[in-house]
Amino acid sequence: MSRTAAWEDPSAELHWEDQAQPRKGFFTDTSICIGCKACEVACKEWNRNPTDGSFELLESSYDNTGALGANTWRHVAFVEQDRDRITAARESGRQLVSLGMPGVGPPESAPSAGGAAEPPDLLAALEGGEQMDLTPPDTDEFRWLMSSDVCKHCTHAGCLDVCPTGALFRTEFGTVVVQADVCNGCGTCVAGCPFGVIERRDDGTVHPKAEREGAQRVEQDIPHQGTANKCTLCYDRMVVGETPACAKTCPTTSIKYGDHEDMVETAEARVRELHDRGMTEARLYGANPDDGVGGIGSVFLLLDEPEVYGLPPDPRVATKDLPQMYAAAGLAAAGMLAGVAAAFLGSRR
Amino acid sequence: MTTSEFDSYRPEESGRAFGRRRDRRRRGGRRGRGGGADGSREMTMVEDPQFSSYYGRQVVKAPPWGHEIGAYLFLGGLAGGSALLAAGAQLTGRTRLRRSARLTAATALAGGTVALIADLGRPERFLYMLRTVKVTSPMSLGTWILSGFGAGAGVAAAAEADRVTGGRLPLGPLRRLLHAAEGPAGLGAAVLGAPLASYTGVLLSNTAIPTWYASRHHLPYVFVGSAGLASGGAAMITSPVREAGPGRVLACLGVVVDVVAMERMKASMHPMELEPLEEGAPGTMVKWAERLAIAGGVGTVLGGRWRPTAVLSGLALVTASALTRFGVLDAGLDSAKDPKHTIEPQKARLAARRAAGITGDSITTVG
Repeated sequence: MSRTAAWEDPSAELHWEDQAQPRKGFFTDTSICIGCKACEVACKEWNRNPTDGSFELLESSYDNTGALGANTWRHVAFVEQDRDRITAARESGRQLVSLGMPGVGPPESAPSAGGAAEPPDLLAALEGGEQMDLTPPDTDEFRWLMSSDVCKHCTHAGCLDVCPTGALFRTEFGTVVVQADVCNGCGTCVAGCPFGVIERRDDGTVHPKAEREGAQRVEQDIPHQGTANKCTLCYDRMVVGETPACAKTCPTTSIKYGDHEDMVETAEARVRELHDRGMTEARLYGANPDDGVGGIGSVFLLLDEPEVYGLPPDPRVATKDLPQMYAAAGLAAAGMLAGVAAAFLGSRR
Repeated sequence: MTTSEFDSYRPEESGRAFGRRRDRRRRGGRRGRGGGADGSREMTMVEDPQFSSYYGRQVVKAPPWGHEIGAYLFLGGLAGGSALLAAGAQLTGRTRLRRSARLTAATALAGGTVALIADLGRPERFLYMLRTVKVTSPMSLGTWILSGFGAGAGVAAAAEADRVTGGRLPLGPLRRLLHAAEGPAGLGAAVLGAPLASYTGVLLSNTAIPTWYASRHHLPYVFVGSAGLASGGAAMITSPVREAGPGRVLACLGVVVDVVAMERMKASMHPMELEPLEEGAPGTMVKWAERLAIAGGVGTVLGGRWRPTAVLSGLALVTASALTRFGVLDAGLDSAKDPKHTIEPQKARLAARRAAGITGDSITTVG
């Protein structure tokens, strides 16, 4: 029941021609994330990103990273929930089904032969790996949500649209990357991102994130100062056929990397499987090409409403409304011209 | 009191146990939910089912724009309006108004450009803005408008400055060229003046910042009105009352457009998108902007023909315009900081679409 046909190829209009590659992406399955933060570490190491804080505890469960930013391109969220919240999440997921969300229906067309009893072999790609038990631990009393957040590499990317210098570009893999040597740090992309991902690396200091006494900014030698920075989906690794650092290091295969089409299919199969097991709280985030950003390159499987993880519930790329905005601006400018003309015609000396 | 059954396992001692403080912060958005309460403290039991967030942290990021950008929004509008007044004065033979408006336009433009460059992360790369023309980027189009406008306004003002100094600028043979070009240059600047005043509305609106995005249908009108009253006010300050008539009319028109458009804009917004425009420091600025604009407008109508009151009214108008720009800028920056401004309007519009039977465009799907 994949709806891949409806996906736009974001790099199609960009004259990559014979260099064009299939769109690549992530599928982050948060139901098997264990919150080890290996992805955060691998990302920092590979991309040589500076530290992003003063190693203080943020009092938000085990999340002391805070959020995605100029220096943090993977961020593992931790959410502790009690029974009420689990019930609410299960119910809200069930409602998505009864609303008839796209691509949803009774699991009649589940592609896996075994159906509910036998989950599809998602780990077949793991060479020599035995069939692992992917059943998430199920307690009714409480749960711990862990989710590794990353740049969404949107089909219609707000940051890319508003960049005035052309520093942000669409790669042959359909991802969105900043060219640090072109970016002049105007900061428009920061405002343009509906997910709060991209950020300007402001100065050579590190902000302490916790508001405590004696917290000071620390001097640090950082590359690409004053330019916008975000996840590149390890563009440098992709061009030589390597897997991005975070996906490569993920010990539970919570972060999967591959052709975007396959990622979406895997995600759809996985959410159906979880629903069949009664985990109706499971839902996909960004797997719909008709959403406000045209679907995203890094699809997520979440176990609660997106805002619980700090994700926007209904993101919309502002550029979709740009024609109306320009029309309003044009009309306003014409009105101003008319006003000035009237001012001169109407006033005598 | 607490409603969570887990609390019965906790020691009674009311110290600042780690988990509890943590819990309280985590509830950020869902204020006062009993479950996470510190046992020693009475918490309100009101549950807000509308909204939860990730430890109260922001969802979208505010752009790294300081007051330089506010200054640019104001000065760009002032420059655009002044260039229009200068062109009108040029065509109707008002030499004093033409001179002062041209000089105002060029000065404001220079100040605005410096502010814009100063706010870049890499100011030395400001010319990279002109690497490309990009229709989807209001910043890109705006830079081109600004550059074209700057060329026209600069030539017109240079000719004016040469005249003021009695031809003492060291121009040599270029003087004849300059004076031949000043007329077309002034008109060219005027053509770009109105777009220069209105595009900044799109620059702010074409973002994910809740308050700016929500103002997208009205902000260009607010900014054009604000530019009109600022340039009209500046003309009243810098020109003799005999020639400042068009400035007075433009100022009054600007006040009406600014106030009406701002009211309509506010009426069209979700309460959570509106809040930053009405509360805190930005709210105060917007409120005073309206008061000063109306006061300046009334002053213009009643005392615009007497120089002292004209200057006072002009000052009120110029200040009002600056306050509007800084208020709108800061309201947007504030709206990015609290997740409620992002999440609540988005949930509301999602729910509205679902209620209308549109379920195909949600980012959350199941299968």
